[in-house]
Amino acid sequence: MIRFDHQVIGQWIKPKSRILDLGCGDGQLMKYLQYKYHVSGYGVEIEIERVTKAIANGVNVIQRDLESGLAGIAEQSFDTVILSQTLQAMRQTEFLLSDMLRVGREGIVTFPNFGYWKNRWQVMKGIMPKSEDLPYEWHNTPNIHLCTLQDFEDLCRHLNIKVIERHVISHGKTVHFAPNLLGSLAMYRVTKLI
Amino acid sequence: MISSLDTIHPQFIHFAEPIALSSGTVLPGYELVYETYGKLNQDRSNAVLICHALSGNHHVAGTYNGDPKTVGWWDNMVGPGKPIDTNHFFVIGVNNLGGCHGSTGPSSINPQTQQPYGATFPFVTVEDWVKTQARLADHLGIDCFAVVMGGSLGGMQALQWTISFPERLKHSLVIASAPKLSAQNIGFNEVARQAITTDPHFYGGNFYQHQVLPHRGLRLARMLGHITYLSDDAMMEKFGRDFITRTPQFSLDVEFEIESYLRYQGDKFADYFDANTYLIMTKALDYFDPAQKTDNRLDQALSSARCHFLVISFTSDWRFSPGRSEEIVEALMKNQLPVSYAQIESTQGHDSFLMENKHYFSVVRAYMANVLKDTL
Repeated sequence: MIRFDHQVIGQWIKPKSRILDLGCGDGQLMKYLQYKYHVSGYGVEIEIERVTKAIANGVNVIQRDLESGLAGIAEQSFDTVILSQTLQAMRQTEFLLSDMLRVGREGIVTFPNFGYWKNRWQVMKGIMPKSEDLPYEWHNTPNIHLCTLQDFEDLCRHLNIKVIERHVISHGKTVHFAPNLLGSLAMYRVTKLI
Repeated sequence: MISSLDTIHPQFIHFAEPIALSSGTVLPGYELVYETYGKLNQDRSNAVLICHALSGNHHVAGTYNGDPKTVGWWDNMVGPGKPIDTNHFFVIGVNNLGGCHGSTGPSSINPQTQQPYGATFPFVTVEDWVKTQARLADHLGIDCFAVVMGGSLGGMQALQWTISFPERLKHSLVIASAPKLSAQNIGFNEVARQAITTDPHFYGGNFYQHQVLPHRGLRLARMLGHITYLSDDAMMEKFGRDFITRTPQFSLDVEFEIESYLRYQGDKFADYFDANTYLIMTKALDYFDPAQKTDNRLDQALSSARCHFLVISFTSDWRFSPGRSEEIVEALMKNQLPVSYAQIESTQGHDSFLMENKHYFSVVRAYMANVLKDTL
């Protein structure tokens, strides 16, 4: 069973194109894209056990700390750079967003929507939110830069990044109405404004 | 423990066809010594070539007649059920030209003079070695290796294979290596060479005729090498500042554990390794620079490569630091070549590539499982 957000990403990429998947984890997404859309490219991952799993999944994976950016990777050398549920764990958010659109023509960014009503409700109750897309406790979460749809779109404007498409999902289904309130996972297809 | 490798023995092959070396010298004929482990499959697609590092040889894995003292230098990596699994792969270890463990080298007799080559043995390069290894592959009927791999100087050979014979290998495993030495690396090699060539028993490389060995020089060279192959932390952890004499003796005798260790390693090495081979091998390291011909553009030098790559570095390796491996990775990515890169946490310095390490071995295992799928 392919994850719904991975299926959405698949629909946004061009078959046989060149992909860089930042924070690729065990390589499931790249494996799926390679199999279904015959893409090529690399995953980037910091954690050695996930690197090993990605290799086992037949994905070309480069072990690297994304905080140091994508130095050494040539400009516009990928069709799409994917940042799937990784942005919120990065320290240098602006730097990474700009760098990914330096090496790729398009970017796909997905992140848990902090504006999701269940998150808001838990904050209202006086506790830090936990949900299917935010599964951690406040004291062990790797997430340091949580944002809402609106926050992300504001940042894009600030960085001269154009949103080409937006897809918001919740419980494996597309959310059309009041996405910033009802969507738990935000997905954006973006490019650099020239 | 009896493993299926216990019956291994070195094999010799003589090449009568002259070989033109990078130095311009033509060697009229030469011998290579090699060992094989496992079985070559019917379509000859499961061969793995292991290239050795500076002081290595053909004896990669297993023991001779079960004697644990004769265990191969990469026995933890290569063997039945090991990351390079000889139940599936046909593994070849080869002693390089210029070596001192059976392949023609400075201590061999020059048929034209009936004297050891000594100082007249030509300089050899990584490219020359790859050429001789390809001839060995021809002899064994192997058109295309599943994998060519090695660590350090062996990794340089695995990289050179992808440039010299891109169609003759499917995977290149480049471990704890670099695309060329730094000035500091060459500096260390030069000190080692000076230790040897200034030994009064060196006789300009023709010590064989004098029935002596430049033992002291070779020993010093190895002691220096050893320090650079380990990390500061690894040495501190292993030896600390421990005295073997309990208290300072205010003498120049062995007092610290580390002194004892280095002297022991140096002596052991000087007893079995040829001084001229050491000089030639360190020079081969220094000369290696595939990007030299392409205006120092490593990506251009590697543009003809066709295989898949696995590059591995170790965090505590300061002789060939992870940054050096990343240069290779970036050049391969520029060429859009399939490459995976792992930077393994370790404390053992450059020698890490010879040590058993959970993550290191898991990565190689996972990679080789994919190679096997392609091979079958």
